[in-house]
Amino acid sequence: METVEINLEEQFQARIDADIRIEPKDWMPDAYRKTLIRQISQHAHSELVGMLPEGNWITRAPSLKRKSILLSKVQDEAGHGLYLYSAAETLGTTRDQMLADLHSGKAKYSSIFNYPTLSWADMGCVGWLVDGAAILNQVPLCRTSYGPYARAMVRVCKEESFHQRQGFEIMQTLCAGAPVQKEMAQEALNRWWWPTLMMFGPKDADSPNTAQSMNWRIKRFTNDELRQKFVDMMVPQAEFLGLTVPDPTVKWNEERQAYDFGEVNWEEFWNVVKGNGMCNQDRLGARVKAHEEGAWVREAALAHAKKRAQKAAA
Amino acid sequence: MQITPSDASALDTYSAEVRHQLFHYVLQLADTSLILGHRLSEWCGHGPVLEQDLAMANIGLDLLGETRSLYQYAAELEGRGQTEDDLAFLRSATEYRNPLLVEQPNGDFAATITRQFLFDNFHYHCLRQLLTSPDTRLAGIAEKAVKEAAYHLKWSSEWVIRLGDGTEESRQRLEKALAHLWRYSGELTTPTANEKALQSAGLIPDYAALLPQMEAHLAHVFSEATVPLPQGVFMMTGGKEGRHTEHLGYILAELQYMQRTYPGLTW
Repeated sequence: METVEINLEEQFQARIDADIRIEPKDWMPDAYRKTLIRQISQHAHSELVGMLPEGNWITRAPSLKRKSILLSKVQDEAGHGLYLYSAAETLGTTRDQMLADLHSGKAKYSSIFNYPTLSWADMGCVGWLVDGAAILNQVPLCRTSYGPYARAMVRVCKEESFHQRQGFEIMQTLCAGAPVQKEMAQEALNRWWWPTLMMFGPKDADSPNTAQSMNWRIKRFTNDELRQKFVDMMVPQAEFLGLTVPDPTVKWNEERQAYDFGEVNWEEFWNVVKGNGMCNQDRLGARVKAHEEGAWVREAALAHAKKRAQKAAA
Repeated sequence: MQITPSDASALDTYSAEVRHQLFHYVLQLADTSLILGHRLSEWCGHGPVLEQDLAMANIGLDLLGETRSLYQYAAELEGRGQTEDDLAFLRSATEYRNPLLVEQPNGDFAATITRQFLFDNFHYHCLRQLLTSPDTRLAGIAEKAVKEAAYHLKWSSEWVIRLGDGTEESRQRLEKALAHLWRYSGELTTPTANEKALQSAGLIPDYAALLPQMEAHLAHVFSEATVPLPQGVFMMTGGKEGRHTEHLGYILAELQYMQRTYPGLTW
């Protein structure tokens, strides 16, 4: 038995190394399956919870055009949640199980959504920075080794790049506007800059799962590599907007051909992960409330479908 | 989203009085879809199941699209250089002309569905008649909106049936919602003086002519839902003439917050 198992593992790794996609019916190591379920469901939960901070401004959007764009963007996130839950279901879990894990606190979602959205400029920053960071994390996932996840990500990434552009455009409009608007933009950048750097996860040295995920080609870049890419991309964009990133140590390093930047406040990062962010309770509370208050609706739909089926059979 | 520039000559054929009446009517339609769209958008992220969260956002977006076309047309009819945003964000509650039904709070999902169904049943049938309005701009807006409204009506009809003929709890919730919201349904088809004038001019549908189809669909849906319709309820009116429930003020406080706090800026 053991030799068969070893052969399967070897064959599996050989397929991965040859960049051949793994599909739902293919053999895969348990740990690979578990890692993927954890990662995809966490991603789906992030889409779902991620609707809340932006949803917070739909009713207050400053123009009808902005309101339409924002509502449509938040709706896209619900759509991403759907593709991702479906992708995770191909690995043998169910949406109900995944939601139960979210609601009990067992499953995580991206910590960035535990920060509050306090001004309209936050809609700009969430699109420009948060979606910008998400894109850097997600584009490599279009080539991830698990087929259904990779295909879901192709769709997600297309829409995310539209989201990022609209966020940048909000920032551009604010920065080209009245002084009060530019102040609003700078104040929002001050609050969102460091939390978005945290979105790439702990430093490589403190990220025990990275090596295995890279080996399985679930992940293609390390956390620190992606964080560096993000800083290199965003610092010039902030300059273009006429804004200053809230890190006095940011400086172009000619030798590395990259920006040097300061140390993330890891204490804050772990605190928010552990549930002590400004909005952890509110975000999860809102999801649990929606789910619990929706229980009778889901039961009614099931009961009605059953009655229909019985009538059809009779 | 921008609709085609108007045929200026068509607008010029209206007398100042008709043009004014049409302005108020188009404003009323725009306010209606804006306020209902606003209510639906409050559900975003809080729906009972992800698919229905998406559906409500979708319907809200359709209504918002219709709103924008209508305000743009209203602004042209008014001819004072106001924009869609001026009309949406800088008028007071008593200037809003939406019927009372659409400003009612979301309540539970049964209340939202009931409000939506009562509105969709009117909206869809009214838009179908507007397709043949001699006012080509309104007919054009209706042509796009009617396809969306057909879907909205299908969605809300199916949910009325599901909730009515689902579990005991869903049935009770639907009955409670209907008992509360029914009183606001009559206003939709009760013409104001302004609407009567436009009906006489043949520019907008005669609501009496819509009623048989609306009532037939209503009866069909509630019979499938196995829920009786309320009888002999006093019908509340006033919204279309600017007399609102207290709910509208809070909607506008949120809706207009940015434009009122930072006047005259571009966003």
